[in-house]
Order: sequence, then structure tokens, then C-alpha cells
Amino acid sequence: MLLVILSVVIIATFFVIAARKQQLVPGKLQFAGEAAYSFVRNSIAKDIIGGRDFMKYVPLLFSLFFFILVNNIYGAIPLIQLPTFSHVGGAYVMAAIVYITWIAVGIKKSGLKYFKLATVPTGVPFYILPIVVPIEIISNFLVRPVTHSLRLFATMLAGHLIMMISGAGIEFLVMQENVLLKGASVLVLGGAIAMYMLEALIMVLQAYVFTLLTAIYIEGALHADSH
Amino acid sequence: MNQAIISAATEGGTNPLVPNPWEMLVVFAGFAVLMYVVVKYVVPMFEKTFAERAEAIEGGIAKAEKAQAEASAALEEYKQQLTEARTEANRIREEARAEGAQILAELKEKAAAESARITAQAHTQIESERQAAVVSLRAEVGTLATTLASRIVGEALSDDARSARVVDRFLADLENQNAGVAK
Repeated sequence: MLLVILSVVIIATFFVIAARKQQLVPGKLQFAGEAAYSFVRNSIAKDIIGGRDFMKYVPLLFSLFFFILVNNIYGAIPLIQLPTFSHVGGAYVMAAIVYITWIAVGIKKSGLKYFKLATVPTGVPFYILPIVVPIEIISNFLVRPVTHSLRLFATMLAGHLIMMISGAGIEFLVMQENVLLKGASVLVLGGAIAMYMLEALIMVLQAYVFTLLTAIYIEGALHADSH
Repeated sequence: MNQAIISAATEGGTNPLVPNPWEMLVVFAGFAVLMYVVVKYVVPMFEKTFAERAEAIEGGIAKAEKAQAEASAALEEYKQQLTEARTEANRIREEARAEGAQILAELKEKAAAESARITAQAHTQIESERQAAVVSLRAEVGTLATTLASRIVGEALSDDARSARVVDRFLADLENQNAGVAK
């Protein structure tokens, strides 16, 4: 839990220092900060939400991306080795924030009619609607926050477990009397290193996926009438 | 390491999908603080820098465009001035040529008149001199011829009136002969 607070301090400090100088020709630190900020701002917010009103959601997307990224990368740092979201609570909180946000955006944009827009697709023959509408309700309002949170939680927990099991497996094999079994620990170590690389990739990827999905949900809520 | 596995295994009874409320609280609070910092400082500062940079670049482009427009306007003006100067020069040259031709013509005319005048004057002078010569010759030739004839004839032709008549007749004959030859 201290790690969560530490992540907030790391992100806030880094970006405030990077942004503070506001030079037209950026230094190295400012350039790195701008590149990271521009990634979320342009590649996620602007490309998905688009045009006029993406700026309103940049702070949320930016905070989500780097909060999740840093908390995930904890899992790849030796001695810490614990991604925050391998405990489900944090993932629930993040998904709930996003869930409330996009529903609020939808209601603010279209009023209560938003729920009709979000669940009754246009252009579908009326006799299929009894099937489609329940599916839409379940997928949009019930399954979406669950998958959104569990995707993050499950990947982090699985990665964490794999690293722990690899470590325990290596320890177990090294303790064996049989030389061949001792030697087999090298194979496990090789596999563990490969998994470590894969996990590092997944940590970054999941932060990106979580933020990207948030942007997609917000965009869907903003433009519910055209979906 | 074994301890961790064992403790995880003994916790196996608890469902991993059930969250720890304290953890949720910490994550929520941490995220809220981060959002506050991002909304309050990070995003405005980055956006301000981006806006300033865009303005600097666009301002530079606008300035360059303005300078270019001014330069081409000046070039246009110079070209026009050059054309005007060329036209002016041509006009002046034409004028000078015309004037020169006129002066030349005038001079020619004047020279012709002068030469005509000189010729006429010479003619008059020659005529008058001829007349004078004729008169003096008439007198002198008469006297000389009379003297000569008186000497030859031995007879004094002192009678002036008579001798003058003879001379006149002689000269008239002579003139008549000359006129006949001239015709």
C-alpha cells in the first residue's frame, strides 16, 4: 500500500518537474515528459475521442495510464516484485472510476435517453430487438466493468504467480540430491527469465489497454447517438 | 520463498476476487491525489508549453510569409520602375533623334540658303564688275584705237565727236558679232 503512495509521488514529481520549465525548446527531461504526455494526449485521447472535446478527458486518461503503468512495473522491479493490481481491490477501484465516468458522460450528453441509445442499436429489425437489447445491457453495463477490472487484475496476478512459482521451483530443484534435477533448475531459470520479459511487456501493455478501453468507453458515451 | 507459497496456499480458502477494503481506499486516495496534481499542474503546464510552441512556430511562419509578400511587392515595384525608366529613356532618345534630325535639316536649309545667297552675290558682283570693265574698256579701247588709228592713218582724228561715233559704231558691230556667236 505504501507502494501506491510512492507511485503517486513518483509520477507527480516527475511530470511537475518535467513540465515546470515550459521552454519552447525542451531539455532532455522536459522532452521525455512531453513525449510521455503527448503519447496519452495524442495517441489515446485525440485519436479515440477525437476532435473538439478530447481535452476534457486527457487528465483522467493520463493519470490512469501512468498510475497503472508505475504500479504494474513494480512487479518487474527486484525486491518489490509486487504489482499493486495483483490484488483485486485496486483494479475494482480503477474500473469503478471509469465506469462512473463514462455513464456520467453519457447522461450529461444525452440525458436519460442515453440508456436507450446505449442499449437499443439503430437499424436492427424490431423482432431481433428482444434478443439484442438484453445482450447490450449485459455487455455494456454489467460485463464491461467486470472485464475491465479483472483483465488488469488477472494478468498482474498471473504474472506475479508465475514469477513466484518459478522462484519456488528453482529453489525446490536446487535442494534436490539428484544432480540431474539440480541441473534442471537452469532450464526453469531460463524459462523464468523469458516469462519475466513477457511479464514486463504485459505490464506496459495492460496499462495501455486499460487506458485505451477507457477512451473507447468515453467515446462511445459521447457519441451514443451515432452508434 | 516457501513461506510465501505456504501462506498463499493457506489463504486459499479466501476468494481472490474479494477485495481488501483498505487497499481499495488507498488506491482511490492515491489516484485522487494524482488526478488533482495532474489536473491542477501537469496538464495546464504542458498545454501552455504546447500552445506557446505552436504560436511561436505559426508566428514565425506568418512573419516569414509577410516578409516574402513585402519582398515580392518591392520587386514588383522595382520592376515597374525599371520599365518606366526604360520607357522614359526610349522616349528621350526618340526625342533627341527627332530633334537632331530637325536641327540637321535646319542647318542644311540654312547652308543651302547661304550658299545660294553667296552665289547670287557673286553673280551680282561679277555682273557689276563686268559692266564697269565694259564701260572702262569702251572708253579706253576707244581712245587707244583712235590714237592707234590716227597714228596709222596719220591723220589727226582730233575731232572727238567724230571719233566717238566711229568707235561706237565699231563696238556695236563687235557686240552684234558676239551676240551672234553667243546665239
